[in-house]
Amino acid sequence: MRSFAAALAIVLALSVPGFALVDPSERLDDPQQEMRARAISKNLRCMVCQNQSIDDSDAELAGDLRRIVRERIAAGDTDREVYDFVVARYGDFVLMTPPFGPATLLLWLGPALVLVLGSGVVLTVLRRNRERPAEPHLTPDEAARLALLLEKDEETRG
Amino acid sequence: MIVELGHFALVLALAVSLVQTVVPAIGAHRRDAQLMGVGEPAAILQFLLVGAAFAALTYAFVVSDFSVKLVYDNSHSMKPMIFKISGVWGNHEGSMVLWILILAMFGAMVAFFGRNLPDTLRARVLAVQASIAVAFLLFVIFTSNPFVRLDPAPFEGTGLNPLLQDRALAFHPPWLYAGYVGFSMTFSFAVAALMEGRVDASWARWVRPWTLAAWLSLTIGIAMGSWWAYYTLGWGGFWFWDPVENASLMPWLAGTALLHSAIVAEKRGALKSWTILLAIMAFSLSLLGTFLVRSGVLTSVHAFAVDPARGSFILGILIFFVGGSLALYAWRAPMLKAGGIFAPISREGALLMNNMLLSAATASVFIGTLYPLFLDALTGEKITVGPPFFNYTFVPIFVPLLCLVPLGPLLGWKRADVMAAAERLLAAAGIAFVALIASFAFFHEGPWLAPFGMALAVWLVAGAFSEVAWRIKLFSTPLAESLSRARRMPRAVWGTALAHGGVGICVIGIIGVTAWSDELITAVAPGESAEIGGYTLTLQGVALRDGPNFDAMVGVVGVSRGGRDLGTMLPEKRRFPAERQEKTEPAIRTNGISDLYVVLGEQAGNGKWVLRAYRNTFAPLIWIGGTIMAIGGLISLFDRRLRVGAPTGARMRFAAQPAE
Repeated sequence: MRSFAAALAIVLALSVPGFALVDPSERLDDPQQEMRARAISKNLRCMVCQNQSIDDSDAELAGDLRRIVRERIAAGDTDREVYDFVVARYGDFVLMTPPFGPATLLLWLGPALVLVLGSGVVLTVLRRNRERPAEPHLTPDEAARLALLLEKDEETRG
Repeated sequence: MIVELGHFALVLALAVSLVQTVVPAIGAHRRDAQLMGVGEPAAILQFLLVGAAFAALTYAFVVSDFSVKLVYDNSHSMKPMIFKISGVWGNHEGSMVLWILILAMFGAMVAFFGRNLPDTLRARVLAVQASIAVAFLLFVIFTSNPFVRLDPAPFEGTGLNPLLQDRALAFHPPWLYAGYVGFSMTFSFAVAALMEGRVDASWARWVRPWTLAAWLSLTIGIAMGSWWAYYTLGWGGFWFWDPVENASLMPWLAGTALLHSAIVAEKRGALKSWTILLAIMAFSLSLLGTFLVRSGVLTSVHAFAVDPARGSFILGILIFFVGGSLALYAWRAPMLKAGGIFAPISREGALLMNNMLLSAATASVFIGTLYPLFLDALTGEKITVGPPFFNYTFVPIFVPLLCLVPLGPLLGWKRADVMAAAERLLAAAGIAFVALIASFAFFHEGPWLAPFGMALAVWLVAGAFSEVAWRIKLFSTPLAESLSRARRMPRAVWGTALAHGGVGICVIGIIGVTAWSDELITAVAPGESAEIGGYTLTLQGVALRDGPNFDAMVGVVGVSRGGRDLGTMLPEKRRFPAERQEKTEPAIRTNGISDLYVVLGEQAGNGKWVLRAYRNTFAPLIWIGGTIMAIGGLISLFDRRLRVGAPTGARMRFAAQPAE
């Protein structure tokens, strides 16, 4: 995370110094519309930043994109239309949630696949476990040592 | 002169590690006690040499020797001493030296405390540990030399990034690295066991304390990093699913799985081969994290001057160690004898389930972090994988895991009665249900899922209590009897209960901040007020203040609640002339349950200032929970059973005294 800081510092150095984020003057008058703008902003990436949404970024470009989003909403666009408008200009890279498609099939299904495979392995282990004969018996010497150890363990547990 | 000595010590350390890699390994192969005996003195010498190099570098930073390029690039004579010292690892080269220092320290600890290990195992562990040191010493000496001089020497340094000039962040990297590198120990034990061809209960018993030490360091490191992000970055977030954060989360998840599977390997002799694989994975993910962070592949979109030689060098190290150990695993693991059998419903079964879910969770972080890199490399298509992806994939895997946590410790080994265990959790379930209803009643707004999250968190905490209550027979025997049982209960049981309860407390914090926080963004002139979450904030004025190496605008913000004056908060905007950067310093007022977080923004014209404020419900619990988890780990580390047979028992017991 140290270099997360370093990366962030570079972002800060590239952008206008100081924190602007959502400026009160940027906001839309209609609270309903402003809420939609915030929600969309949280899901759009600041293109010059390291993994930050435009809602969290103080970069100039993020401010521009926030204004574009609010202009589109004020002009009466639906959320879908705002996203389409932005994606048409910046590509899928701008979306914090990658779209589901051929290129992202493995991304979206990967974790579930691992879960299914993992469950399969666990079931196999459990089944094989049942079929396997019990452990070989201890030698008398080992059994004596074990008894001693168990006795000690009992003592400490009370 | 001292700097040159440091450089020399580093090169000498490389020579020593080469000897330590080769000689004990040959000794172990030939059963030659003399050759094997080289391992311990070599490990200690290697640690001393790397320590000397690190001390020399620290000296250069402390006296601000700007003839050393690294000091010139990362320090400034006006900087407070603590940040001069933390500047040693606040850069690429220095942090790699710290990495190696911790690696050498773990090796030296095996030499010190490992007297009762079988000779061949100890020799092999030290050899493997030294081979990692060889790789990273080569990396530092040939691509990232921290001791390069400048001629002529500049008069003043260029300073350290202001964001890094912070007390919590100063100690975040050492903890994080202790965690990353701590897994090198379990890795070395795993590879050595594969070479030996046998894994027994004593092996697992030896691996557990190292895993625990690495895990608890990593827990502290991650918690510190996220706390720093929370109070520094100025918008009150604590986790961003940033690739660099994910790089530290992956070894933590794998390490958590390892911690649990090692218990099965030790107690029941089962899951041995899986435990070995996890030990390899945990360190591989640590190496991957180092690669992602150090190679610059993650920041390639920026004008980030990264030497491509460094990236390919670490990639080479990664491929060698991960590939080599996995090949060794594929070859030798089938020879390991499988251990004790168990029914699906049993402690072993529960821990297996834990491992499966944790592995899947790790996979979701892994895929989300690396997929964009691979897609870009293969097709040139660029996508962003942001927090929503992890909310859709990681969270659904993690929630069932958390639901099962209280059940696990109540199940018996081999074959368990699930109904009996559930009965012991009836009270916890009742409390969780009350929490669900109370959350719905108390927080009218916010997502409808949040009260369920709250119930889950309370279930975890109450479940942890239930386990202790059951073990000490609370309410079913006289109180005195319960107390005496509590005293005699193994520390590991306390550790488990605390760690599991800590997770619950952490979850309360995460749910609270995510679902029930208020935000205020406004422009106010001095004398004007604004309201947030029942508090009234009044901007009384903006003053100037001189710091040691910065000057600051200080917003004087009066806080009151219901007409009662609660004092002032002083958020700052700092300007660092040497670094030519700015940094906001939020003011945080906490009551331990929730935070009032105030940030001074830009000047908004006509005498107004932008003021941003957040009321972060339950925010402190995130880090309190993390701390409790780490304390749980620490208490487990001092369990008598982990110390059995250690020849240094007396000393260890002495060290453990304050914990009693």
